[in-house]
Amino acid sequence: MNPHGLYTLFHKEVLRFYKVALQTLLAPMVTALLYLLVFSHVLEDHVQVYGGVSYTAFLIPGLVMMSVLQNAFANSSSSLIQSKVSGNVVFMLLSPLSYLEIYLAFVFAAVVRGVVVGLGVALVATLFVEVPVHSVAALLAFAILGSAVLGSMGIIAGIWAEKFDQLAGFQNFVILPLTFLSGVFYSIHSLPAHWQKVSHFNPFFYMIDGFRWGFFGVSDVDPLFSLAVAVAALGGLAVVTLAMLSHGYKLRH
Amino acid sequence: MSAAIAIHGVHKRYRSVHALRGLDLTIERGEFFGLLGPNGAGKSTLINIIAGLARADSGSVSVLGHDVVSDYRQARRRLGVVPQELVFDPFFSVREILRIQAGYFGLGRANDDWIEELLAALMLADRADSNMRALSGGMKRRVLIAQALVHKPEVVVLDEPTAGVDVELRHSLWEFVQRLHRAGHTIVLTTHYLEEAESLCDRIAIIDHGNLIALDSKAALLQRGMGQRCSVTVMLAHPLAELPSALSAQLKTQEGPRLQFTLDREHGSIVELLDALRAAGAEILDLQTEQADLEDIFVELTRRDRHESARTVHTVS
Repeated sequence: MNPHGLYTLFHKEVLRFYKVALQTLLAPMVTALLYLLVFSHVLEDHVQVYGGVSYTAFLIPGLVMMSVLQNAFANSSSSLIQSKVSGNVVFMLLSPLSYLEIYLAFVFAAVVRGVVVGLGVALVATLFVEVPVHSVAALLAFAILGSAVLGSMGIIAGIWAEKFDQLAGFQNFVILPLTFLSGVFYSIHSLPAHWQKVSHFNPFFYMIDGFRWGFFGVSDVDPLFSLAVAVAALGGLAVVTLAMLSHGYKLRH
Repeated sequence: MSAAIAIHGVHKRYRSVHALRGLDLTIERGEFFGLLGPNGAGKSTLINIIAGLARADSGSVSVLGHDVVSDYRQARRRLGVVPQELVFDPFFSVREILRIQAGYFGLGRANDDWIEELLAALMLADRADSNMRALSGGMKRRVLIAQALVHKPEVVVLDEPTAGVDVELRHSLWEFVQRLHRAGHTIVLTTHYLEEAESLCDRIAIIDHGNLIALDSKAALLQRGMGQRCSVTVMLAHPLAELPSALSAQLKTQEGPRLQFTLDREHGSIVELLDALRAAGAEILDLQTEQADLEDIFVELTRRDRHESARTVHTVS
């Protein structure tokens, strides 16, 4: 292992988003809060979720997790595509870093960005509405697992995409639908039976549902099952990402 | 003792293009080695394979005895590569870039003194905290060299380091690279400036169409083939009515009283040429001779390779 090399790449990836914090940290927080203000104002009295939980309180965990997932994805994918397009990815490829070290560094940095943005959204949102905390451990587990899953997807997209247009396609046609159809804004029990079944094939649903359980102790499915799905998703994506990196797919020609 | 770089039977294809065709080449420790060839010859592909940026379809490459695939960590620690393109990370300053690059190699703050030395040697010290975007092209080129050297590699590969660089910077880069060579580094240089290879390199390989078409010491290369020829320009008082038939094979151009010959020294001397001209009644006013340089040899060999599709490796032990 080359632990200092791994730490350096991780630190560089964290510095990269920290240097443009207005865009990478503050902007997603503002976006999430705008969603909260608009949706809670419009739907508060129209949508029934869990008994005894207001729609605005229900919405906050979903928005926090959505911010975590989207920013974790954005971190690894945008860093890789920028490095590839500008050509500076060669400096990482010329180094003695192994593909496992590269994978871990990108995922750790994605987790940091996802969790920091999620924490920011949560802190500001709770100024408006009080939300209970049922299990801090569950909140941390789902936030870290979720951002690691999306960080891995970001690496896959960043390696696969050859131009920004393709990355935007991946974001708009894969990440965004999976996020919006995962129960961020609603409980799947409010959906027709058919769409409830479809939702169970979306791994994002389990990450958001488990995360929400961490706040309310109430969820659509068993949180342990959600945890297992998140771990399995991370495992599967890690295998795919490591295979791409070890074969040098679209990186080493 | 293992060679600085050992390349055995390397093949590389990009779809229909056979970029390298079973290349064998050994670069010894401490050499200043020139790798020449026209565009698309396979030079950059070879460098990318040595650096691990590309993978050979077959064959092997090692750096100081470490295979670039199976023992890539050790191979890359011993190799510094200056890429051809002016690439940089726009998020960081020069000093940050160098610390990050050193960190990839497992080097921490203990390496900072070397980074400061590099900054001073490459005249970057006063711009060390500037963002890369704020630097001129020449400065970015120097940062690329510093990045390649930040982990103190024994073997340094420079892929056209002076392309698009002004004359002053080119000379300062030459001086710096010569200092590295004197300090014991093995230097591998690819360049389009043949006078650069001629003045710097001890040994030169010429690649064309993925084949090694020449591999020799610079001196031996200059002595061979075109190296044994010279160009002779004769200015006569009056144009000759008829050129002696013995000279027609050597005549290159004729513009009135100005005659240019290409003389093969194995088959004739300048004295014989002048005697033949005088015998034909010529009155000689002026005479110029010019030795063939590396450019002549390069053009001749690559032209011959194209015409004959030669795959013979010309080597002199």
